[in-house]
Amino acid sequence: MINLADMAFYLFAFITVASGFLVISARNPVHSVLWLILAFFSAAGLFVLMGAEFLAMLLVIVYVGAVAVLFLFVVMMLDINFTEFKQGALQYLPMGGLIGLILLAELVTLGSAWAFGDVVGQNITAPIPAASDVHNTQALGQLLYTHYIFIFQTAGLILLVAMIGAIVLTHRQRPGVKRQSIADQAARRPEDAYKLVDVKVGSGVALPTKKG
Amino acid sequence: MVEALYKLFGGEGQFLYLLAIVASILAIVLPLLIGVAFAVYFDRKIWAAVQMRRGPNVVGPFGLLQSFADGLKLFLKETIIPAGANKAIFLMAPMITFVVALLSWAVIPFEAHMAIADINVGILYLLAISSLGVYGIIMSGWASNSRYAFLGGLRSAAQMVSYEVSIGFVLVCVLMHVGSLNMTDIVNSQSGAIWHWNFIPFFPVFIIFFISALAETNRPPFDLPEAEAELVAGYQVEYSSMAFALFFLGEYANILLMSTVMSILFFGGWNAPLPGLEFVPGFIWLLLKTAFFFWLFAMVKAFVPRYRYDQLMRLGWKVFLPLSLFLVVFYAAVMVYGGFLPTHG
Amino acid sequence: MTALVQATKSLLLLEFVKAFWLSIKYFFRPKVTVNYPYEKGPLSPRFRGEHALRRYPNGEERCIACKLCEAICPAQAITIEAEPREDGSRRTTRYDIDMVKCIYCGFCQEACPVDAIVEGPNFEFATETREELLYNKDKLLANGERWEREIAANLAADAPYR
Repeated sequence: MINLADMAFYLFAFITVASGFLVISARNPVHSVLWLILAFFSAAGLFVLMGAEFLAMLLVIVYVGAVAVLFLFVVMMLDINFTEFKQGALQYLPMGGLIGLILLAELVTLGSAWAFGDVVGQNITAPIPAASDVHNTQALGQLLYTHYIFIFQTAGLILLVAMIGAIVLTHRQRPGVKRQSIADQAARRPEDAYKLVDVKVGSGVALPTKKG
Repeated sequence: MVEALYKLFGGEGQFLYLLAIVASILAIVLPLLIGVAFAVYFDRKIWAAVQMRRGPNVVGPFGLLQSFADGLKLFLKETIIPAGANKAIFLMAPMITFVVALLSWAVIPFEAHMAIADINVGILYLLAISSLGVYGIIMSGWASNSRYAFLGGLRSAAQMVSYEVSIGFVLVCVLMHVGSLNMTDIVNSQSGAIWHWNFIPFFPVFIIFFISALAETNRPPFDLPEAEAELVAGYQVEYSSMAFALFFLGEYANILLMSTVMSILFFGGWNAPLPGLEFVPGFIWLLLKTAFFFWLFAMVKAFVPRYRYDQLMRLGWKVFLPLSLFLVVFYAAVMVYGGFLPTHG
Repeated sequence: MTALVQATKSLLLLEFVKAFWLSIKYFFRPKVTVNYPYEKGPLSPRFRGEHALRRYPNGEERCIACKLCEAICPAQAITIEAEPREDGSRRTTRYDIDMVKCIYCGFCQEACPVDAIVEGPNFEFATETREELLYNKDKLLANGERWEREIAANLAADAPYR
């Protein structure tokens, strides 16, 4: 009888690969994004099976919960005929294939020439606390906020700069746009808005002048 | 909970273990669904009471069986699939909403050792699953091939993504204090009577969480995705019969979930409020607290007018995000310099 | 300064708390709605509900097939066909009201010279099919028999004002 964990692994692995394939083969771009979400989700399942539950949850929260939603947003709003896009795709095959081959070759050389440095060797042989003692959330935190604090902070700063850059690039002030000033709207009291006037017969009322 | 059932079944073999898992899932899902039915009833009753109406009172004693009658009616109706709809996604969307609404309950501890999966990253799991909830809505909006549904879906997706950010920061505040992502640890850190509970030090955070939870579950005053005056029923416009019922059940299951999470994070979970009341089983306390927060949800629905969409976005990004970020820094500073850091870890 | 006060107020959710307190007060007030199927509100004698064709106390039907109601009906919901009966009196052979078309304006009962067609006090005549709402003469006469007491009382109560 097969182990439950093994069965789960093959299930998740198969779904990940299959939906990954369907991402590029689906005709409808919205379907592509949905398959992508399924791929992310099953990848998270694989992380859980490896005992990296923190990474799994982050994958779901960040990629499935935020990034893929934005993908879906954009793809749903665009009205592009993707089949037309794909029509000329075949003529780029030789070039694309070449780039793919180069990448593969590079990966193979990297993998075969891999050697551990001295420091890494010491780290590897250092005793690792048992999984029951240290949760991987804790372990990640202890590494990220001690050993790799500068790299971690730099990554954060780069993301911040990228975000500000994106906002600066896309945000433009258009003239003639009417905006809601919610602070003014919330500050409006009944006294500012209307006045009860006792109108005498035959005499009019002067319109109240706006304050401020 | 699974382990206990496994021992009860004899404790041998994988098959029995699977059986124990299924049994414990059923033990939570069935009462939950019945609870959802009554939640809908109480929601209508509370809403009616504030407006000095009677509310449902015909089916069963005091109308208690109204939701079941409605469910039966929906079950017997015809499922209509619009001609222009994307059939597979159209049918999948309500199922996703419903399943995702049930999934989160796996990590909720109803009492010590009474959760299906008492995992280390319980809170993160909750956040992850609640971020999945948006897909049912966005998919239904797109697949219906209707303008109302599409607008509703887009609004809802933007709204849920926005308010998840402030919910995340609120959770960070609590987690810093507890020092664990595990739900049981969170409750254990508040063990004792009412003055040990998290809502006293974290009151502003709790308020932010409550309002964000309203937005996250598409409840009034943030029910823009289904604003009946402008979008008819938003993303549910094209749905009928059981597909609609699944959306409805999912929505109320999410509301109950948010109420439960609030009781666990801020109001001591299964702990009794006063010393000497421990003889009442813990899950009854949790149930009472959940019912209280559900009552608050229903009351808010009764007296708060609906937000305009730009107000909603402003509140999320310009008020709650800076405010919750400030609170995170504030509480971190207080904990570090005041020596309130959790001792373990 | 007012802006600051305003910001503080909204930050402390003052208006929210006020509204909450108000709705809690209303929560425990007595209900103002009637418990409908078991409890009904009062109806005016002039209430215009389901139609009925009345008879004289001796059993003779009142309608003389003058077709005034058919003529005045703004929704053209009434269809009448008439023939002389064996005894020579003019009577309807067909008197149909399409209750789906009817707008319950009451012109038919105003037009009727013999108080034959009236709108009774019954408003609970919902049906499961549309066909059941196409009333014929039998149905209308049956209504008249069923509601005669209430209709007669209402007419008597309203008579001084006409």
